[in-house]
Amino acid sequence: MHIIESGNVAAASGVKLARVQVIAAYPITPQTPLTERLSEFVDSGEMDAEYIPVESEHSALAVCIAAASTGARAFTATSANGLLYMNEQLHWAAGARLPIVMCVVNRGIGAPWTVWNDHQDAISQRDTGWIQLYCADHQQIIDTVLKAFYLAETVSVPVMVCYDGYILSHTYMPFDVPDQAAVDKFLPPFTPAYALTPGQPANLNTVTLPDIRPDVRGNMAPGYMEIRQNLHADMRDAIDVLADVNKKFETVFGRNGDPYIESYQCEDAEFVAICLGSLSYHLRDVVDILRSQNISVGVMGLRLYRPFPDQAIIDALSGRKGVIVFEKALSYGNQGALYGDIKAALYPAAARPVIHNYILGLGGREIKTDQLVEALKNSCTQADAIGDAPQWIGLKL
Amino acid sequence: MNQDIIKIRWHGRGGQGAITAAKIVANAAFVSGFSGVVMAPTFGTERRGAPVLTSLQISRQKIYDLSPITQPDMVVVLDHLIIEEVDVTAGLKSGGLVIINSTEKPEFFDFKNMTVATADVTHIAANAGLPRGIVNTGIIGAFAKASGLIGMDILTRAIEDEFTGKHPEKNSLAARATYEKTLVGGK
Repeated sequence: MHIIESGNVAAASGVKLARVQVIAAYPITPQTPLTERLSEFVDSGEMDAEYIPVESEHSALAVCIAAASTGARAFTATSANGLLYMNEQLHWAAGARLPIVMCVVNRGIGAPWTVWNDHQDAISQRDTGWIQLYCADHQQIIDTVLKAFYLAETVSVPVMVCYDGYILSHTYMPFDVPDQAAVDKFLPPFTPAYALTPGQPANLNTVTLPDIRPDVRGNMAPGYMEIRQNLHADMRDAIDVLADVNKKFETVFGRNGDPYIESYQCEDAEFVAICLGSLSYHLRDVVDILRSQNISVGVMGLRLYRPFPDQAIIDALSGRKGVIVFEKALSYGNQGALYGDIKAALYPAAARPVIHNYILGLGGREIKTDQLVEALKNSCTQADAIGDAPQWIGLKL
Repeated sequence: MNQDIIKIRWHGRGGQGAITAAKIVANAAFVSGFSGVVMAPTFGTERRGAPVLTSLQISRQKIYDLSPITQPDMVVVLDHLIIEEVDVTAGLKSGGLVIINSTEKPEFFDFKNMTVATADVTHIAANAGLPRGIVNTGIIGAFAKASGLIGMDILTRAIEDEFTGKHPEKNSLAARATYEKTLVGGK
């Protein structure tokens, strides 16, 4: 059934349909309406879950870690500095291989304070060992929440479902809420390989020595470095697993698309704009304008950021004349993080395109269509004249 | 971009229910066959009583640009006093429509090259049995009459769906009664 609601309600609806058992969260704008809605679901009995209010984001994730360790399906959500406050527990959840799902409602980071949207919060946590998926509209938010649990529980790696604060979280648009029966068909109950129970107490994730050594049963156990390599290998496997999850989702719900890159007008495009989140949809209008001026350009929205789908990037971008990376985040003193990742992926490509980087929309700075048209047009018409350093759109110096 | 989008800006005061009004119209528009519907409240620091605005875009196709609207086709004003505080016609297209909750006739307002529609929603809604000052459903009737975009039958259902358990009939009656009493001026 289609409803018109906010992006936060789309996320909450997905969490409810996923039959999440434990929710722990601390309110922070623009995530708050999502967890408020979940607390209402639990309070009214519509959701059979434990809602645990906590005093901080660090505790929110600590509670989810404990819940997931006992085999419960756990969820939390946050934004900006709340995500940063979780940082230590983010690494812990990934290292402990717990399939927690978290919505990150993307917001700029203080100082100075901002409540508005950019991607610096999630991008700054890209190396915590979490899978990161990005959404472009409300249908993708609810669908991605469902897929995220399946993916997380298949590869035993936690997943962040990222969507733009305000632009998606507080904007209303129509989306389909699937039937519970269909969701149950897609997403079976979580059955962990190992779960902590009161009957069998255990110490988990205790100190490991630099080298491997026998465990209490005398079997050679992996050491710290083997455990890290194992996380990395499973993250790489998650790229293929996501494609399988997408296929299964399509079989049940009849909708989907490419698991890694959502393309528009790219088949014959000499130039391709690429970015994360809802901006890729805004750029569709920009592509239409430039196409009407006979500029051969398309746009791609990257749906999976970690693990990085490098082969899909090579397949999509090798042989193009130019690639233009639009980013709402920055690796200070270097360049946009996504730009660096895409350049690295394209290094072994047979035909490397010219590549440009635009930084825009930080702290909710308005992104105007005519600014995007001008920037993209410049990149398409004077590809060789534009340097490697990131250029800023909408900067008022 | 090659699509017709109708852009409507709603002006109210924090707590007055302009967002709910826009959401009801969004639902009714979707049911009427506008598959592209985007409603975006202003983002940031709303306070009860302060002027707030909400933008609603409706189209026959999916809308991809979610930026705030700067050039509306019509504006809806829930409280006529806001006109003294905010330039409600800012960016309004020439020939655009201004719908105002006011005791005055449309001719009273001097907006150049615009069509003005007025209704005394505050009074009509109170007569429909709503607490005094609840105008966000009544104004939908004025919107329906002046814009002709969506039928009152669909809007009535959308209002009653939104206010299940909170005087659904009184709210929809306020809208229908306002529809009948809305005056639409010349350009």
